Amino acid sequence: MDFQVRREHRLLIQMYRAFAQNEVRPLAKEVDEQERFPLETVRKMARFGFMGIPFPKEYGGQGGDNLAYILAVEEISKVCGTTGVILSAHTSLCAAPIFEFGSEAQKQAYLPALAKGEKLGAFALTEPNAGTDAAGQQCTAELQGDHYLLNGTKIFITNAQFADIYLVFAMTDKAKGTRGISAFIVEKGMAGFRIGKKEEKMGIRGSATCELIFENVNVPVANLLGREGGGFGLAMKTLDGGRIGIAAQALGLAQGAIDETLAYSKERKQFGKSIASFQNSQFQLADMQTRTDAARLLVYRAAALKDAKQPYSVEAAMAKLFASETAMDVTTKAVQLHGGYGYTREYPVERMMRDAKITEIYEGTSEVQRMVISAHLLR
Amino acid sequence: MDISSYHGVMVFAEQRNGHIQKVTFELLGAGRAIADKLAEPLFAVLLGHQLTTQHSADLIAHGADQVIVVDHPYLADYRTEPYTKALAQIIDQVKPCIGLVGATTLGRDLAPRASARVKTGLTADCTALEMEDGSRNLLMTRPAFGGNIMATIICPEHRPQMATVRPGVMRKLARDEARQGEVTTFDVAFHEEDLSVEILETVIEQATLKNIEEASVLVSGGRGMGNAENFDQLRKLATSLGGMVAASRGAVEAGWVPQDRQVGQTGKTVRPDLYLACGISGMIQHVAGMEESGYIVAVNKKADAPIFEHADLGIVTDVNRLVPALAEELRKRSGE
Amino acid sequence: MNIVVCIKQVPDTTEVRIDPATGTLIREGVPSIINPDDKAGLEAALALKGAVGATVTALSMGPPQAEIALREALAMGADHAVLISDKRFGGADTWATSITLASALRRLGFDLILCGRQAIDGDTAQVGPQIAEHLGIPQVSYVSEIQKVGDRLQVKRMFENGYQRLSVPMPCLLTVLKEMNAPRYMNVGGVFDAFRAEIPVWTVDDLDVDRAQIGLKGSPTRVKKSYTKGTKSAGKVYEVEPQEGARIIVEHLREKFII
Repeated sequence: MDFQVRREHRLLIQMYRAFAQNEVRPLAKEVDEQERFPLETVRKMARFGFMGIPFPKEYGGQGGDNLAYILAVEEISKVCGTTGVILSAHTSLCAAPIFEFGSEAQKQAYLPALAKGEKLGAFALTEPNAGTDAAGQQCTAELQGDHYLLNGTKIFITNAQFADIYLVFAMTDKAKGTRGISAFIVEKGMAGFRIGKKEEKMGIRGSATCELIFENVNVPVANLLGREGGGFGLAMKTLDGGRIGIAAQALGLAQGAIDETLAYSKERKQFGKSIASFQNSQFQLADMQTRTDAARLLVYRAAALKDAKQPYSVEAAMAKLFASETAMDVTTKAVQLHGGYGYTREYPVERMMRDAKITEIYEGTSEVQRMVISAHLLR
Repeated sequence: MDISSYHGVMVFAEQRNGHIQKVTFELLGAGRAIADKLAEPLFAVLLGHQLTTQHSADLIAHGADQVIVVDHPYLADYRTEPYTKALAQIIDQVKPCIGLVGATTLGRDLAPRASARVKTGLTADCTALEMEDGSRNLLMTRPAFGGNIMATIICPEHRPQMATVRPGVMRKLARDEARQGEVTTFDVAFHEEDLSVEILETVIEQATLKNIEEASVLVSGGRGMGNAENFDQLRKLATSLGGMVAASRGAVEAGWVPQDRQVGQTGKTVRPDLYLACGISGMIQHVAGMEESGYIVAVNKKADAPIFEHADLGIVTDVNRLVPALAEELRKRSGE
Repeated sequence: MNIVVCIKQVPDTTEVRIDPATGTLIREGVPSIINPDDKAGLEAALALKGAVGATVTALSMGPPQAEIALREALAMGADHAVLISDKRFGGADTWATSITLASALRRLGFDLILCGRQAIDGDTAQVGPQIAEHLGIPQVSYVSEIQKVGDRLQVKRMFENGYQRLSVPMPCLLTVLKEMNAPRYMNVGGVFDAFRAEIPVWTVDDLDVDRAQIGLKGSPTRVKKSYTKGTKSAGKVYEVEPQEGARIIVEHLREKFII
């Protein structure tokens, strides 16, 4: 696989970095501690084009590619995991499937507002009894003339009450199992649709994660995304893309933790020397960066494959598996190298460690990624 | 350009509102030494309106052999064009070998424009000037690359050799009323077009900085200051140095200083020209916020305080007695 | 209104370190940036474009890689960009640089020229006023506010101890302070567009310029020598009475030209 970070990507990284340092980093601690959704940051990101990076200009996007998009998630996540996942969920899980699977009318109706960041997107697949086993959907959508009657509950939905457009999965034909699942574009404010309980989380605490409750919501037939019964495939394909976004988030968290640790280890003195001068710190840092760079290559490869319109499902799974486990490993080591201070909220590495954990879980646990990869190997 | 016809040293005597600026006397001090080495005269060019004989007398008492005065209403307030016109015409007439202008916000506007008009080179913001042995080249030394390197510049084939000189660097001569000098007036034909830039308003104010990140001098106090009253001493010291008061986290948590003055990991990162750390032990969280400062002076009564590892100059003593002594010392020096 | 902003690509001098072994500058890995004062000029131009309408052209003189600074300017919202690049311009001092830029500006045409006050690598603050002199137009330096009022500009000109409000006719040249604004970020789509845009590269042959006045040989001043100021080592520590300490501090500060 041939891929490279081109000159435009390098200039973008420079811009993303400046934005992350000046606009995102100063809020990261507060967003985490107060479990506050950084709406003002989302608005700023919208102003500079972050919310529609890989979509064509005719749909309000930036005319960029997936590599440019995941570089944004990486740079933002270096300083704030919460903001990283807001961007990733919006782009990969809502705007992307509408762009990829939507009819022209649906794209015209929804994509420009999403891509410009005027509206925020969310993705609602998980249910209390349908997590990794997404096929166990209990939400139902019953066709009644010109609309579907949507009923059920979704949980752990990122962007929740701050989103405007939701991609919701529901059974249109229970008898058909996964082939009976369909995808719907649901808008905020539709009668019978409300936000339920808010989760109190270990990490990415600023990202709103809530229950969505649908009680006899009338969803117009025009809002069916893809064909009836095609929802499961659509969800899986969407998650393939989403995994690259989460892998980029994990990558950013790992690199962010290394950057913090490098700075700290040069500063912090023990036994009269900076801790960077001890071989243990040096070897740990070497391992951390090597692993993170390996993860980076996997993540960029997956994005480049998607840009080249080649199959990328397995590569995305590998990228997410390796990057998220790297993030967990590296952030844990970063806390250790910070010693007692690393365990305090005075330094950001403990937050990064808490944020990293979720990357091994959402949008397919590490176990699911291994299933995807091994199924491909053994087919 | 026949460079052999250029003789003497010319200093632009900057005045604002009738007050000759300190840098002018410093330039006369530096110019005098060069003129003596060349055995050639030192000229001062004084531009303005309603200038008095006292102005010229001051310039002579500080080293000028000749004061060339242009007194005209167009020169009352500084404006680039009339000042450039006057200075360039004087240079063309007098043909000095060397021309020095203070590197102030006025001088750095005037000098490039005037040097371009007389078609010569200009070296900016010099901190050292000396004649090269065995030639008539002025060695003009200046910091560059963000102060990381020093460069010595020459202007061998053009005259005058012009430089702007950083204020506060050169030593002025002691005033000598017995010194003799000549005052001549110079006529410049101004036209209305010379005033195409119109002054709507002039406001003189004491520079008021709001952020410690912007200050070029920070006087920073820590827990070692002991109490809020001792911080008042730091404020006085900061004012006399033209800087601001900053603090360590300890002093902020003690409530002696507002939070926006805190330097360090959980505060602000600063890089002033001078960071004076008073009663700050120098925990790494603090050092992270100030180690890039240009020059760090630490005062602490504990000789083993980590701050001394980061300081360019360390004084182990009672900080609360040193601070007023330092303020007094500065007051004495500025009166010299 | 035609605004031309002169921008210089500079090494980020805050990232420059001295090699403690050799005492030389470590330039490797130092990022290149648009000079901060120049970037403020660009922002000021884009703000004027937004307020009263203008065409903004970014002009830079430098080696071929300075093109990236111009792409950044385009990604921020400049309409056009031109690079002046030719080995024959190399080694120019501020005189030769300003002669060269002035000839390019004559070719471009302008109502307003914005320059940064000074570049962080050279810190001379001379090129702007020298360009204005070569073009025979009014200049105002140290500008911190710009407004268009009728067919003139009203600007705030900073001094050490205050400021002036000036009314300036156009065409004119202003040099601006980075403190005047916070330059906007590039736009993501703007970056992609910037790399699709064509940036003309002008050489000596494209400019009506006296070849005796460009590059090293057209420069009245030259560098005789340069050296680093010596690396920072652990400072001296004196254990003394407060009076003596105060005296030592003042002495050192005077030596370092801090006071």
